[in-house]
Amino acid sequence: MTTPERTHGPEFLRSQAGSLKSRMGVCHPGDKAIFRGHDLHRDLRHMDWIELYVFGITGRRFSAKELELLHALWVYTSYPDARLWNNRVAALAGSARSSATLGLAGALATSEAVIYGGYPFIRAIDFLRQARMRVSRGESLAEVVRQELQERRIYGYGRPINSKDERLPWLLELAGDLELDRGPHLKLAQEVETILSSRRQALRMNYAALAAALAADLGMSPREFHLFVFPAFLAGMPPCLVEAAQRPEGGLFPLSCADLSYEGPAPRAWPGAGKRQ
Amino acid sequence: MSAERAETIRTRIWREDAEADNPFAAKAAYCHGYDVYGEMLGRARWVDMLYLLFRGEAPTAAQADLLETLAVALANPGPRDASVHAAMCGGVGGSTAASCLMAALAVGAGQLAGGREVLLGMRAWAACGTNLDAWRRHLATPAADIASIWPTPEHPPGFDPHGVGTATPVRQTLAALAGNAAAARLRWLAANREALEAAADAPLALSGVAAAAFADLGFSPEAGEMLQLMLRLPGAAAHALEQKELGYKQFPFFAIELDDADTGAAVKEGA
Repeated sequence: MTTPERTHGPEFLRSQAGSLKSRMGVCHPGDKAIFRGHDLHRDLRHMDWIELYVFGITGRRFSAKELELLHALWVYTSYPDARLWNNRVAALAGSARSSATLGLAGALATSEAVIYGGYPFIRAIDFLRQARMRVSRGESLAEVVRQELQERRIYGYGRPINSKDERLPWLLELAGDLELDRGPHLKLAQEVETILSSRRQALRMNYAALAAALAADLGMSPREFHLFVFPAFLAGMPPCLVEAAQRPEGGLFPLSCADLSYEGPAPRAWPGAGKRQ
Repeated sequence: MSAERAETIRTRIWREDAEADNPFAAKAAYCHGYDVYGEMLGRARWVDMLYLLFRGEAPTAAQADLLETLAVALANPGPRDASVHAAMCGGVGGSTAASCLMAALAVGAGQLAGGREVLLGMRAWAACGTNLDAWRRHLATPAADIASIWPTPEHPPGFDPHGVGTATPVRQTLAALAGNAAAARLRWLAANREALEAAADAPLALSGVAAAAFADLGFSPEAGEMLQLMLRLPGAAAHALEQKELGYKQFPFFAIELDDADTGAAVKEGA
């Protein structure tokens, strides 16, 4: 990204007013659309969708094998289970007879969470990249892990509901078949798991760390990976919405008044009744 | 998850008593113990309810006045604001009402005048209080560059990176709020504004005033973030509807100039 000489203040804002200088693209209605310097229809029309998506994010082209792995990163975590918190948003939208787009958009936005999804993905890839740099400079990985645990937590290890992650063997097998399992970040992620497994509260690698390691080995930065994983759970969401929408309205996870387990103050009189009407 | 676990929602906020003929219909609803429909309606103001929801107690008259004045100040950032601009993009294209508000929330969630800026500002209040030296140290410390879903802050939260002087509405809001009996931090902010602005190398922004006000009201930074998001929505909604009525032909489309100097070079096969 080019940085303008002056990036703050009214002069800068005035210089940017009214028009946009873009390196990314433009549409010329009735003529053509330019996508990162290429005519979308003439040059890029044969790209599959994920290829175009990651090209849009990174400006780089990925090989067929790499694209197959990137596809798998999305496919293997698309679970149409309406209990999952992000999926439940889509399902509730269906049950409450909202629009499908609103339900899916809300569900996708919800996926940028702290205990799963967006935050672990980005923290995991950042940690693995930083750790690899530090180890390459001669630090011991055990010490890097110890410091990280001391300063914050390590995302990508452990799982909220079940410590075993059923997605990993499948993804590792595919990465092996594609010969994309030999990168330094994956090796390091596995070494981190070995270190964390020996602790009293053993933490096993989860999907975030494996996906992050594979993406880092494909050259993705944390920002690029953040954008890449945005639709990672998407394919599992429409089934949840569709089924909820097919049921009678309001029929998804209904809660009776007794299902609220109230733990607050007992009934009391509103103070100053009549004074602030 | 355990099959024995009761599928109930734990809450300290809300209790409902069911109608005799339907366990899924509430006969009475209590917010932190207060009968919402039986007693609060007609007696409690909107801001009383807001305060009660987040703090668990009814506000004093001064606290309610402070929140109401702040809510008026935040209600419409105006159509130049990015969050309102986003809502208008929804309105002008005939997008759903919710998408207009979702657009405003998405854009207004960030670190430039948005919810995240208020949260970070409130964390600064929690760390620095009314200690000017602590604020100076805080403002002199660059934001930690830790990869997150949020970008690294590019300016001190609560200050306007594009400002030259303190904008008049910011001064007016601060003055209107600082006179409130519950506004200890706001009074200190008013008294020390110039010193803080010098330390931040930027003028105070409305988000900085909001952060101080939410802190004075005893809200957590997370609650302040939520309130900043909610209280700025009315203007976004109204402007979205206005542009929907006016139509896209009267809404700016702006010019675009393709800078293709290096786009070809950005394409690398088989990265």
